[in-house]
Amino acid sequence: MTIDTQGPVTTTHGQERAEDASVVGRMANYLDERTSLSGAVKFLGRKIFPDHWSFMLGEVALYSFVVILLSGTFLTFFFQASMSEVQYDGSYIPMKGVEMSAALQSTLNISFDVRGGLLIRQVHYWAALLFVASIGLHMLRVFFTGAFRKPRELNWVVGFLLFVMAMAEGFTGYSLPDDLLSGNGLRIIDGMVKGLPVVGTWISYLLFGGEFPGTDIVGRLYTLHILLLPAIVVALIGIHMVLLIINKHTQFAGPGRTNDNVVGVPIMPVFAAKAGGFFFIVFGVLMLVAATVTINPIWNYGPYDPSPVSAGTQPDWYIGFADGALRLVPPGWEFLIGPYTVSMNIIVPVLALLVLLGAVAAYPFFEAWVTGDRREHHIADRPRNAPTRTAIGAAGLTFYAALWAAASSDIVATHFRLSIESVIHLCQALLIAGPFVAFFVTKRVCLALQKKDREIALHGFESGRIVRLPGGEYIEVHQPLSEYERWRLVSYEDYQPIMLRPDRRGRITAGMRARARVSNWFFEDRISPVSRPELEASQHH
Amino acid sequence: MVIASPRRRRPRSTRTGRRSTLASAALLLIGLLATGGAYAAFTGAAAADSSASASIRGANITDGQKLFAANCATCHGMALQGSKAGPTLIGVGAASVDFQVGTGRMPLAANSPQGEKKPRQFTDAQVKNLAAYVASVSPGPGIPAGKYLTGNGNVAKGAELFRINCAMCHNVAGAGGALTQGKYAPSLKGSTAAHIYEAMVTGPQNMPVFNDQNISPEDKANVISYLQYLDNNASPGGLDLGNLGPVSEGLFVWIFALGSIVGITVWLTAKSN
Repeated sequence: MTIDTQGPVTTTHGQERAEDASVVGRMANYLDERTSLSGAVKFLGRKIFPDHWSFMLGEVALYSFVVILLSGTFLTFFFQASMSEVQYDGSYIPMKGVEMSAALQSTLNISFDVRGGLLIRQVHYWAALLFVASIGLHMLRVFFTGAFRKPRELNWVVGFLLFVMAMAEGFTGYSLPDDLLSGNGLRIIDGMVKGLPVVGTWISYLLFGGEFPGTDIVGRLYTLHILLLPAIVVALIGIHMVLLIINKHTQFAGPGRTNDNVVGVPIMPVFAAKAGGFFFIVFGVLMLVAATVTINPIWNYGPYDPSPVSAGTQPDWYIGFADGALRLVPPGWEFLIGPYTVSMNIIVPVLALLVLLGAVAAYPFFEAWVTGDRREHHIADRPRNAPTRTAIGAAGLTFYAALWAAASSDIVATHFRLSIESVIHLCQALLIAGPFVAFFVTKRVCLALQKKDREIALHGFESGRIVRLPGGEYIEVHQPLSEYERWRLVSYEDYQPIMLRPDRRGRITAGMRARARVSNWFFEDRISPVSRPELEASQHH
Repeated sequence: MVIASPRRRRPRSTRTGRRSTLASAALLLIGLLATGGAYAAFTGAAAADSSASASIRGANITDGQKLFAANCATCHGMALQGSKAGPTLIGVGAASVDFQVGTGRMPLAANSPQGEKKPRQFTDAQVKNLAAYVASVSPGPGIPAGKYLTGNGNVAKGAELFRINCAMCHNVAGAGGALTQGKYAPSLKGSTAAHIYEAMVTGPQNMPVFNDQNISPEDKANVISYLQYLDNNASPGGLDLGNLGPVSEGLFVWIFALGSIVGITVWLTAKSN
């Protein structure tokens, strides 16, 4: 605030304004004199956001989270996180008189006896699925456009943590009603924990307060679900937003768009209005889905009982890759050390998942190391212009998709009339071979697209108009690009393999060798952007 | 005992006490009684309740025999003794024939992992005739009494039994599920009460037998009542997405919810020109 130096001036100015200002103006003034909000509003209001549909995916996640908070608060008014035994006496006939935990009973009551309860329960659940899905899509956008490069690596990591936290939120929520489906999900987690060598059983007993399922777990998950995890998510979202403002948003290349500016609309009033409207659109879509489509019909699943496991028991989609990893383990991965059986059946898939997640978190640092590029990047890449990165992304996506598909192997088998064994074997093949095929194909497609772009930038579009010259020669007339279109095609970053040179002290270390080798692998196949001389030459002929 | 109700819309049952066909069961019963268990006495009584039926009212055994010789004997043998292509039918009873032929599973269309439900080849009367013929050769479980097929049982009890005994393969809402080697547990949506009962008693194809000691006829009626409740009442939450659980929910959220939102983002950021 500037009161100390310019205090009197500001005050008189404020008084003058207050006399003839509207009610809103006076209220704004009142607030501003006490909080100096106007500075922040001016700063934020002038922030510019570029306009591209893929830049709105993170917003979808944010708005889903708001819907989750609102609906979740409503649910806490009626949910009882207790595993004490009660007899259901609500209005759903096929559950009447059935022994169940208070958690399931209260969830059934929310569904059938609380006014609007089922709608809110379903909107909470659908919003949760959408939350994680939109985070996933947002991450893919950031990855494939290279928006994680300096200075945004840290925000990538924050976003990654949000993704993990969202999965944790989802899973703890899935487990709360203590129905048959969620109980079996917890049993699998229990199994995974117990599959860890030596410490597994101890950790399991610690988590469940004794032998699974015990009577503690729902209460513990509830605390995580409504207290700790949301607090972490909110804090991370705050950091994510602040970093977004500090780093500014990326933009795609275009005329007038450089690495040093941001072209778009200011937050006030256009972007804020659009974003506010978009919130209600997301809310509306979620409400529409929740009002018309059943989700998690706990009234079919019934109370958890360790003996029955329903066909089609699956986790929610975002945990599917973990379930799939367990399903794809070939039989017999265990051996004996003395009298002890050492089982690889659980620990290998768990490690594979951790490696996959770790690779996602670490990728920006890996790429920065490979390119040796320390500059800031504010122009988003078109995926084709970074062929190796795009190919790595496609490979990772294929790996994830194979795990994901494996989690629904039984449903795939029944609906496509296959045997479940062949589906599993197919997924195993896809898991191992798929990433390599995806890498190769994607990289070639990217290079081909770049070639096409180069061709178009130099010679324009083929018009299909054939002209016969007076001398008898036939030529096809090419339609030249406008400057605006050409700009989009020719301005991208061109990296070359790093040369292996001795450092200042004349040494070549193993790290440098490794880096040169990876850099060569990364950039040996490349299409360089059209250069100015080439462009001029093409325009003359 | 004899159950003489060929169609389920006739709930009346006539029952006579033909026991000779259950000689071994009776011996077992006596043995159990001799050891003095009151529980054994109870299960014995339950066992008596759905025993074989040799005669089905209005059925023509001779016609059944001709149908059998023309359509079934190639695989199952002229004397029901079976062959390399098909199992023996001695002791399968009328219930099994009514189920397999009545749902179109038999005669098989092809050698596949399992016989599939399809439009049936025979009329009601022909199915009864076939059933009566097979039952006349050797006794086995009969066509269930109409009183178990009304769907007026205890739905909650039926649901609980269904979850414990059936949901592993058929899914909690009877949507079906995968088994090994291309076999599967079919969806139970729209199955008739008689066929559900017969399937439990005879254990067709990969299904285990749920005899009357395992699930009493009253409880079978409860299970049927639950399945009919599901058939007659739409999901309280809206579209049920096939009751397949989180897989269909996940696909729905990606394709329809996120898909439509992405469509909206494209629309919102479209340039007007």
